[in-house]
Amino acid sequence: MTTKKIVVVGNGMVGHYYVDKLATHSARHEITVLGAEPRPAYDRVHLSEVFSGKNPEDLALTTREHYKEIGVKAHFGDAVAKIDREKKEVITDLGRRFPYDKLVLATGSYPFVPPVPGSELPGCLTYRTIDDLGEIKAHAQTGKVGVVVGGGLLGLECANALKNLGLQTHVVEFAPGLMGVQLDNGGSTMLRAMIEELDVSVHTSKATQKIVPGKDRKLRMEFADGTSLETDLIVFSAGIRPNDQLAKQADLEVGERGGITIDYHCRTSDSDIFAIGECALFGGRIFGLVAPGYRMADAALSQLTDAPVSFQGADMSTKLKLLGIDVGSIGDSHGKALHNGQACASFLYSNDRERVYKKIVVSPDGKKLLGAVLVGDCSDYDTLLQFFLNDMDLPGNPESIILPADSGAEPLLSGMTLPMSATICSCLNVTKGAIVGAIEGGCCSVADVKSVTKASTGCGGCAALLKSTVDTELAARGVEINNHLCEHFAYSRQELFYLVKVGSLKSFVDILDKHGKGRGCEVCKPTVASILASLWNDYVLKKEHVGLQDTNDNFLANMQKDGTYSIVPRIPGGEITAEKLIVIGEVAKKYQLYTKITGGQRIDLFGARVNQLPDIWSELVAAGFETGHAYGKALRTVKSCVGNSWCRYGVQDSVSMAILIENRYKGIRSPHKLKSAVSGCTRECAEAQSKDFGVIATENGWNLYVCGNGGMKPRHADLFATDLDDETLIRYIDRFLMFYIRTADRLQRTSVWMNNLEGGLDYLREVVIEDKLGIAEDLESQMALLLNTYQCEWKTTIEDPEKLKRFRQFVNSDKEDTNVVFVQERGQVRPAKETEREALLTIS
Amino acid sequence: MNSAPRPRSSSDPIAIFSLSELQEDSGACVLINDVQIAVFYLPKETPPLYALHNWDPLGKANVLYRGIVGDINGELVVASPLYKQHYSLGTGRCLEDEATRVPTYEISLEGDSVIVTLNPRRHAA
Ligand code: SRM
Ligand SMILES: Cc1cc2nc3c(=O)[nH]c(=O)nc-3n(C[C@H](O)[C@H](O)[C@H](O)COP(=O)(O)OP(=O)(O)OC[C@H]3O[C@@H](n4cnc5c(N)ncnc54)[C@H](O)[C@@H]3O)c2cc1C
Ligand code: SF4
Ligand code: FES
Repeated sequence: MTTKKIVVVGNGMVGHYYVDKLATHSARHEITVLGAEPRPAYDRVHLSEVFSGKNPEDLALTTREHYKEIGVKAHFGDAVAKIDREKKEVITDLGRRFPYDKLVLATGSYPFVPPVPGSELPGCLTYRTIDDLGEIKAHAQTGKVGVVVGGGLLGLECANALKNLGLQTHVVEFAPGLMGVQLDNGGSTMLRAMIEELDVSVHTSKATQKIVPGKDRKLRMEFADGTSLETDLIVFSAGIRPNDQLAKQADLEVGERGGITIDYHCRTSDSDIFAIGECALFGGRIFGLVAPGYRMADAALSQLTDAPVSFQGADMSTKLKLLGIDVGSIGDSHGKALHNGQACASFLYSNDRERVYKKIVVSPDGKKLLGAVLVGDCSDYDTLLQFFLNDMDLPGNPESIILPADSGAEPLLSGMTLPMSATICSCLNVTKGAIVGAIEGGCCSVADVKSVTKASTGCGGCAALLKSTVDTELAARGVEINNHLCEHFAYSRQELFYLVKVGSLKSFVDILDKHGKGRGCEVCKPTVASILASLWNDYVLKKEHVGLQDTNDNFLANMQKDGTYSIVPRIPGGEITAEKLIVIGEVAKKYQLYTKITGGQRIDLFGARVNQLPDIWSELVAAGFETGHAYGKALRTVKSCVGNSWCRYGVQDSVSMAILIENRYKGIRSPHKLKSAVSGCTRECAEAQSKDFGVIATENGWNLYVCGNGGMKPRHADLFATDLDDETLIRYIDRFLMFYIRTADRLQRTSVWMNNLEGGLDYLREVVIEDKLGIAEDLESQMALLLNTYQCEWKTTIEDPEKLKRFRQFVNSDKEDTNVVFVQERGQVRPAKETEREALLTIS
Repeated sequence: MNSAPRPRSSSDPIAIFSLSELQEDSGACVLINDVQIAVFYLPKETPPLYALHNWDPLGKANVLYRGIVGDINGELVVASPLYKQHYSLGTGRCLEDEATRVPTYEISLEGDSVIVTLNPRRHAA
């Protein structure tokens, strides 16, 4: 096949999918991407997460650099204005021309704004792009009330966003019910009741007649029934319309109500022009979801390869969380269609008390599932969808699927019972067969399978089913899903933690005797030391614990490359007096230590020989310093910004809070190190959102963020709770930390722990805030024990001559390690490089 | 494996000190004629004492005595505190790198006294 010039118009989700796949699978084409938005493609599906703490950048699906790397020319912020089919080129708004052999239209759709007089007034907005988010936020800042026009899927999602912005929220719907496309009357009524409980006002059967400037609020909506509503902003979410103007201008065939007509191969009426995604019309339908768009892209792509696949339409089943409420709809949820001339049967389970509504529609013979509606509880969605998509025979009593299960009943469907052709991940179109293939090819974990098949990298809705499929397949192959600590303990850290706790075990020897084998190693010993410290908080250099500690814990200092150590005194919140600064300076001068301000707002002193550590610490402890635990898997620093004592923007005293937090949690041992920060206002000068737990001041108290990370794989912390008072803040942190300490793996930072936590942030909130597991008291009392048994390890050590013996360089001599050699650089010492050392050693 | 110490003559380079200087399941360092020797005391093993050169040839520093001791598939080892390679306490062999070996020395217990000599310990290759 020859090299072709491929031009793709539109860089939304589907356009990007097409380009990425084309560039990676067949490098020979010259690909040009032209996007109207000022930025490369991003994840529109998760747009709303920006209102619950995510940054717009987190949504990026690609970058300009990535396109460069894969050889794609991309231009953003310049829309295509015209297609010249004769010359086979497109012309942009700025007049640039791009010739093509094949043209792909992936222009998506735009929000429909009903032609209501006044809908062009400032404050009337739409919700589709990152730029729209900015507009909505800006208007919300100065307003109190927000209205969403449209009670469909997107409208309700938007209502959630307005609520998250702190607005008093209304939903105005023209039709008599919410989510009319997906839900039947019963489901819709239940959903409405649940939404109203969340203080969102729902107005149905309301036709907006005009919008005028308001009296109390900025705008007033006047309805056909004579009523009116005042609001500060209106977001129109009354459906989408395909972006088909280019096609119309170029005389391509379009549908009566819009949409670029395509065939099975996603070709338009001009066979050199394709249309994919939400701008395309197939079988008289627009598919307003990503998965069908991706399937179209696959079909269009295959036209450039030897094995064409066709687009056959797509399933529009959906599962969503709207305003925190689970909603699912599968197939013919209304049950209106006739089946071979006969009316279909339906089964309904409705529980007003628990707010659950489930309905299934089955074929007249009761054998096949035709549709389903779920509100309030989507736990059966995966099972139902598999029955539906794979046309599997239902059990004799189909209602058993939606009736509350007797406890202990086997799940009806699992990874095991599905046929190979079953689609596990509909976003990325991954079948069970592909997953089994990946496992046969050597994948041994969900993570492996994910990276090979890309399953579960879209909406994430299939995560549970993917895990159960992978686990059963691995188990069937006799692969033990091994999370053993090491060869000495056939347990994960979490399991061992419980065994030690329940058995009240206090030493490594006891634990090894009871639960392990062999003699231990450098993996399990420090892990057990950490568990013992988290549970009982003994002095780490106690005789029976000494041999367990990593060298850093063992000598209460960080080993450097030449075998010397660094010393980091605690400087809570980064606040330090002139007197203490002078002490650090004096000590550094006396022992000739290299000094550096760390990235954690404190001072590190490098180059101490092991035998100097006790003397240096005696001087520091005498001046009131405590150990900074720079060596331990423990709390490191709590960074602070200067806060409202000095800063003109500060709204709370961030320094006091940082000091309080640092002093509270110092010394507790954890699966990995812990870092924190407190910022005095939203400008976030302390970078709290990159910490394991971060605190940002608000007018009303504190926002708590959890599970952030800098370092190797940065992760923005998640907003966990807002506007907390001091006491609640500390209570939540106590519980959060203890829950992490109990359940994380060895050397697993909170960020990775969170990424692996089933149920994620919501689950963590349930445990910490709602106490779903009933362990909050236990977590708090465990924390209290640790806090009450705190000791400065260096103080304890220098007071015990027996312990100080360990800090001698040699058992039988007072000499020092002659291999430690320093040279001067910028007025301080540093370890000599190998060549420098050889030269120095031969001279002396 | 631990051959009995040879009869001592006064010129033998040797270090003698009390067992109480050592910490159970942990290491310490002795200096004999400017040679640094890491000694390990594992009371539950036979023999209970091991001596290796203190130089970590891969980490390039005198640190082996500060490593954690344990076993890998039954072989007693110390893990270097710098980059965690394992060195066999019995033979000095590096488990991660065939070509690397740390010298081992004769060490024994007489009554309450630990005796370390500069004699290389012989072991099957
Ligand atoms: C001294 C310091 C660099 C400096 O000169 O500024 C430093 C030095 C070391 N860091 Fe760091 N990190 C230092 C701030 C940071 C920061 C910035 C911060 O805390 O604000 C980060 C990124 C933030 C984070 O952790 O999320 C950081 C991310 C790391 C990582 C990667 C952790 C991760 O999960 O991605 C490691 C490796 C590890 O822990 O496994 C590491 C490990 C180390 C070690 C322990 C490496 C080692 O084993 O020798 C270094 C030894 C310190 C010593 O000898 O005292 N250091 N390190 C900083 C000490 C801060 C303090 O006062 O305690
Ligand atoms: C808030 C929200 C939530 C959603 N939730 C879900 C969900 O949960 N599940 C789901 O499956 N789907 C969801 N969707 C729908 C999903 O986002 C779309 O189906 C998907 O983005 C369609 O991709 P696309 O590439 O066809 O169009 P788009 O992503 O809209 O991309 C089209 C791009 O083309 C550009 N463009 C248009 N005209 C031109 C031109 N002339 N020249 C150059 N560029 C042009 C546009 O600026 C745009 O960037 C949601 C949508 C929104 C807005
Ligand atoms: S975060 Fe806010 S209060 Fe703190 S220093 Fe920055 S601007 Fe000032
Ligand atoms: S179904 Fe959406 S990621 Fe798999």
